[in-house]
Amino acid sequence: MKKFITLCCACAAMLMLLTAPVASAKELSGKLEIFSWWAGDEGPALQALIDQYKAANPKVEVVNATVTGGSGVNAKAVLKTRMLGGEPPDSFQVHAGQELIGTWVKADRMEDLTFLFKEQGWEKVFPAGLVKQIGTDKGIWSVPVNIHRSNVVWYVPENLKKWGIAAPASWDEFFAAAEVLKAKGIVPLALAENWTINHLWESVALSAIGVENWEALWSGKLAFDSQAGVKAWQLFGKVLEYTNKDAASLSWQQATDMVVDGRAAFNIMGDWAAGYMTTTKKLVPGKDFGWAASPGTGGKFMFLADSFGLPKGAPNRDNVIAWLTLLGSREGSDAFNPLKGSISARTDSDLTKYNVYGQSAAADFSKDLIVGSLAHGVSANEGFMNDFASVMEMFLKSRDAMAAAKAAQQIAVKNGIGK
Amino acid sequence: MRNHDRIKALCTLSPSIILIGIFVYGFIGNTFWISLTDWGGVASLAENPVKNFTGFGNYTELFAGFLGGSFRQDLVNAVYYSVSLLAGAIGIGLFLAVLLDNKPVGEAFFRTVFLYPMSLSFIVTGTIWRWMLSPQGGVNILPTYVGLDPLQFRWLSSTEAVMEFDWQNLLQIALYILAAVLIIWGLWQVKQQPRRAMSRLLVPGVVLGGGAWLGGDILPKALFMEEMHGFNLATLGIIMATVWQYSGYTMALYLAGFTGISQDLRDAAMLDGASSASYYRHIALPMVKPITISAVIILSHISLKMFDLIFAMTGPDNGSTGHPALNMYLTTFRANEFSRGAAIAIILFLIAATFIIPYLISSYRQRRIR
Repeated sequence: MKKFITLCCACAAMLMLLTAPVASAKELSGKLEIFSWWAGDEGPALQALIDQYKAANPKVEVVNATVTGGSGVNAKAVLKTRMLGGEPPDSFQVHAGQELIGTWVKADRMEDLTFLFKEQGWEKVFPAGLVKQIGTDKGIWSVPVNIHRSNVVWYVPENLKKWGIAAPASWDEFFAAAEVLKAKGIVPLALAENWTINHLWESVALSAIGVENWEALWSGKLAFDSQAGVKAWQLFGKVLEYTNKDAASLSWQQATDMVVDGRAAFNIMGDWAAGYMTTTKKLVPGKDFGWAASPGTGGKFMFLADSFGLPKGAPNRDNVIAWLTLLGSREGSDAFNPLKGSISARTDSDLTKYNVYGQSAAADFSKDLIVGSLAHGVSANEGFMNDFASVMEMFLKSRDAMAAAKAAQQIAVKNGIGK
Repeated sequence: MRNHDRIKALCTLSPSIILIGIFVYGFIGNTFWISLTDWGGVASLAENPVKNFTGFGNYTELFAGFLGGSFRQDLVNAVYYSVSLLAGAIGIGLFLAVLLDNKPVGEAFFRTVFLYPMSLSFIVTGTIWRWMLSPQGGVNILPTYVGLDPLQFRWLSSTEAVMEFDWQNLLQIALYILAAVLIIWGLWQVKQQPRRAMSRLLVPGVVLGGGAWLGGDILPKALFMEEMHGFNLATLGIIMATVWQYSGYTMALYLAGFTGISQDLRDAAMLDGASSASYYRHIALPMVKPITISAVIILSHISLKMFDLIFAMTGPDNGSTGHPALNMYLTTFRANEFSRGAAIAIILFLIAATFIIPYLISSYRQRRIR
C-alpha cells in the first residue's frame, strides 16, 4: 500500500513537471477531447480532420468522443449534463446560430474567439452574414466548419420527363404538377418523420412570407399570428395534402429513396441528401438526380452550419486553439467538407475538390440572400424549437392554420424570441 | 444482549441507509424543490443558474396551461397504455401459464420460448417491432401469404383516436369513473352483504353518476378551451411490442405460483367433481393472488417508466405515441426547461406511488397481524 502511494506521488510530481513547461513550449502535448455527433456516415470526414491535426501535433492524444443520434438529439443531452457537472469537453460541436448563442453564450459558458479571428484573418474569409450568426456584440464564439443548405428540392430528371412535368419554381406550379402526379398514382412530395416536417415547414414558410418577414419573425418585429404568419401555415397545410400518408414511420433516407425509386416525384431535404445519394446510393449528381431551390425560394439560401467552440474551463486550452485554427483553415475545411457533403464556410475554398452539387451550392452561397434555418438551430433558441415540435403535432392533428399561428406566437413570447 | 444486536444492526445498515437517503430520497427532494422554481429558458445552463421560487406554477401550467397540451396528451396516452399493457400481459401470461401447467409435451421448450423475449433489451425489441410494423412490410403484408390484400393500417403513425374526451370536462369524467367503480363494486358485493352494498356503494354510485350527468355544466372546467384527448391508435403498435416482451414474464410468475400449489389439492378438487376451468377459477387463481398483485405493480411501474422502447419505435416528436417520461427528457435536456421537466418527473413519481404505497401498507399490515 505504502509503495503504491509513493508511486502515485511520484507520478503526480512527474506529471506536474511534464505539464508545466508545455504551456510555453511550441510543441503541444497532452490530450484533446473533441465532442461531436459525427459518427457513421459522417465519421470519415471528422477523421480526416483528426488525421491532419495528429500530423501537425504528434504528441497530442486526440480523444474522439462521439455520441450518435441524428442532428445531435442524444449528444446535446450528454453535453448538457457534462457542462452542468462542471466537466466540459475541450471542444464541442454546436450548430451555429441560436443553438450556440441562446444556449451556451447567454449562459456565459464560452470563451470569446475574436482574438483568433483577428490573428487568422478570418473576418475577411468568412461571409459577414455567417459571422453575425456565431457572434454577439460581445464577441465571436465559435469557428464554423461547414455550410449546409436546407431549402433544396430533389428529383430524378428522367422520371420528371417521363411524367411530363418540370421542377416547380413556385408552389402554384407544384400544385399543378401534383395533380398530374396524383392521377398517375405517384406521391408528389415525399416526407418522413417528425423533424423533416419542421424542415419542410421552414422552406414553405420562407416562400410564403419572404426573406424580410422571415428575419422580422426572428427578431421579434413580426408576430407569428400576423397575416403573413397565418398565410405560411395555410400554404403549409395545402402542401401537406400532397405528401405520403406513412411519413411518420419513415426515416429521411427512406423518403429520399422514394424519389430515387420513382415512387415519389420530389423531396425537400437538406443537401446531406446529396451526400447520401452520391456516396451510399452511388448516383451521379446532375444526371441520376437533380436539384433546385425549393419552390418559391429561388435566390434564397437557407443555411445551417456546424461549428466548434472553446468552453470556459476546457482542460487543454492550447490544444483546442490549435484544433480551432485547423478547422478554420482552408486546408482543414477542404479536407473535411467534400467528405461530409457540405460546402466550406470560407469564401476562398478550392472548388475543384467538390463534386458538381457542391460547386453549384458554393456558387449559390456566394450570390444568394442568406437566411438562417429554424429546424437546425440557427434562427430560434432550443426552448422555441422544442415547443415548436408540439405546435407542429397540434397542427398535424387539427390542420387549423389560425390556431397553429396563435400557438407559435405564444411559444415565441414564452421563449423570448427577438430578445 | 438485545441492545447489542440493535447496535450491530444499525452499524451494518447505516451505510446503505445513508446512501439511499442521499441518492434516492435526497434527490427526490431536490427534484421536487427544482420543480417549484423557474429554472429554465435563457441562461439555464450557466454555472450558477438563477432559480426563483414560483410555487406550483409549473404544475398548473402543465395541467391547465395553453402549452401543456402535449403533456396532457402524453398523460392520457400513458393511462391507456398502462391499462392495455396490464390487461394484455396478464391475460396472455395467465393463459400461457394455464396451458403449460397442464404439462403438454415439450413444456420446458415452450417455457423457454415464451420467456425468451424478456431477455432482450427494449432497444432491440423496439427496433425489431418498428421494422415489423412498418407500413409497407412486416405485419401488414402477412395477409398476402394467404392471397388476401395487404393491411393498410399504420401501426405507429396513425393519427386516429378512439374513446376521445374533452380535457375541459375532466372533473365530470373523474366523477363518472368513481361512480362506475362504486356501482361495479356494489354489484360484486350485493350477494354477500346486500344491505351494506346498497347503502354504501350502489346508492352513492348512482347518485354520484346522476349528479355528474345532470350538473355537468355547473362543474368548474379544467381548461379554458376545448381540447380533445383519446386513445391514439398509433399506441397499439407499442402496446403489442410491450405485451410481447412481458407476457412471458407474467407466465413465468404464474407458472411458479401454480407449481407451488400441492397436487393433492388439485386431486381433491377433481374428486369433488371440479372441472379444469373451475379448478383454476375457484382454487388456483385465488391462491396465486399475491402473484397477480406483484405482477400488476411491476407492470404498471414498467409502463409508467417506459422510455427506451418508445424512443426506439417512434422517436422523439411523435405526439400520438408520446409518454410523459419522453416528454420529461425532451423538456429537460432539449428545451433546457429544467424546472418544468422536474415537475413532470414528480408527477410521474406520484402516479407510481399511488400504485406502490397501498401495496406496501397492506403487506406491512399483514406482517403485523402474523
